[in-house]
Amino acid sequence: MGPLSVNELISANTNLFLAFIIGIGFGFVLEQSGFSSSRKLAGVFYGYDTVVLKVFFTAAITAMLGLLFFSLFGWIDLNLIYVNPTYLTSAIVGGMIMGAGFIIGGYCPGTSFCGASIGKIDAFVFIGGLFIGILIFALGYKIWDGMYLAKFLGFPKISQTIGLSDGVFAFLLIIVALSMFRVAEWAEKKFPREEY
Amino acid sequence: MEQKKTKYLNPYVGGALLGIVLLAANFISGRGLGASGAMKSVVVTSISAVAPSSSEKLGFVKEFRADHPGNPMKTWLVFEMTGVLVGGFLSGAFAGRLKLKVEHSPKITSKKRLFLALTGGVFFGFGAEFGRGCTSGSALSGMAVLSLGGFITMMAIFGTAYALAYFFRKNWI
Repeated sequence: MGPLSVNELISANTNLFLAFIIGIGFGFVLEQSGFSSSRKLAGVFYGYDTVVLKVFFTAAITAMLGLLFFSLFGWIDLNLIYVNPTYLTSAIVGGMIMGAGFIIGGYCPGTSFCGASIGKIDAFVFIGGLFIGILIFALGYKIWDGMYLAKFLGFPKISQTIGLSDGVFAFLLIIVALSMFRVAEWAEKKFPREEY
Repeated sequence: MEQKKTKYLNPYVGGALLGIVLLAANFISGRGLGASGAMKSVVVTSISAVAPSSSEKLGFVKEFRADHPGNPMKTWLVFEMTGVLVGGFLSGAFAGRLKLKVEHSPKITSKKRLFLALTGGVFFGFGAEFGRGCTSGSALSGMAVLSLGGFITMMAIFGTAYALAYFFRKNWI
């Protein structure tokens, strides 16, 4: 059955329309969770607000389990789902540059749109920065395309790489997440502050 | 009138709902959520508008065109991110949080906050291109489909931000 668009159960235009609807859900949940506030987001790096960690990992686990169960029930063909490619060098270097951007700017791209949608001027400026950053990457592409394309490993799953089944890996990830949530709850009690 | 402090959704409930949205994206469209890719469309469109002839020689634009034939703004992520603006606005309207303002720690000025936001945005935009997606597209969506790259990028993003947090603490706390 799923994915609907890949199996051509819905047209390309319907798919785009549903992307818009999915986006509404995405933006609504982000804003309701407080992801429109950079000070709240940055809190995860100082322990005074760990909403990022809790929402991020709960979401990843929910979607991961959902996909595994959907596959088990035969509702979705996981082979037709887009799995991000792994370019080892750029995954690490890109992630590090993004991490610096996160602690300096307080937003990530998705949350900056969320902040902008409720009128945060700093979020608009962050989006302007995104434009400049992507433009720099585009114009200087020849300089770093070697590094960008280095160490291509294909489309491996982390479970395969470690040598576990998807289910066992998912189970372990849940245990890790629950332990992190415990630490997060402890940190928030230790560094209390008013809600932004 | 006493306006009570901001009330947000319970983070675990919010996370579960976000997970369901991500699951829906995979079930319907066979792909995860994303954000920076929509800005990439804007950049490609802008480059092509400013320099129509030389832009097509640019490796970056060429690769984008190969992956996305047709109008660069008619992509899944552009539609999705337009939805994010609508969804965020609706949520803010319901919660009474719609307000034009520069949010910053009382210890820094608005001007400094805006400078930092711009700088952070430049880093994030550049890094998201390098990492083939941002926190949404690479880290979150990648993790949901157990992509090795997604996990690595997630650890690099959060690891670096934690490692640098001490040096930038005065801007936040």
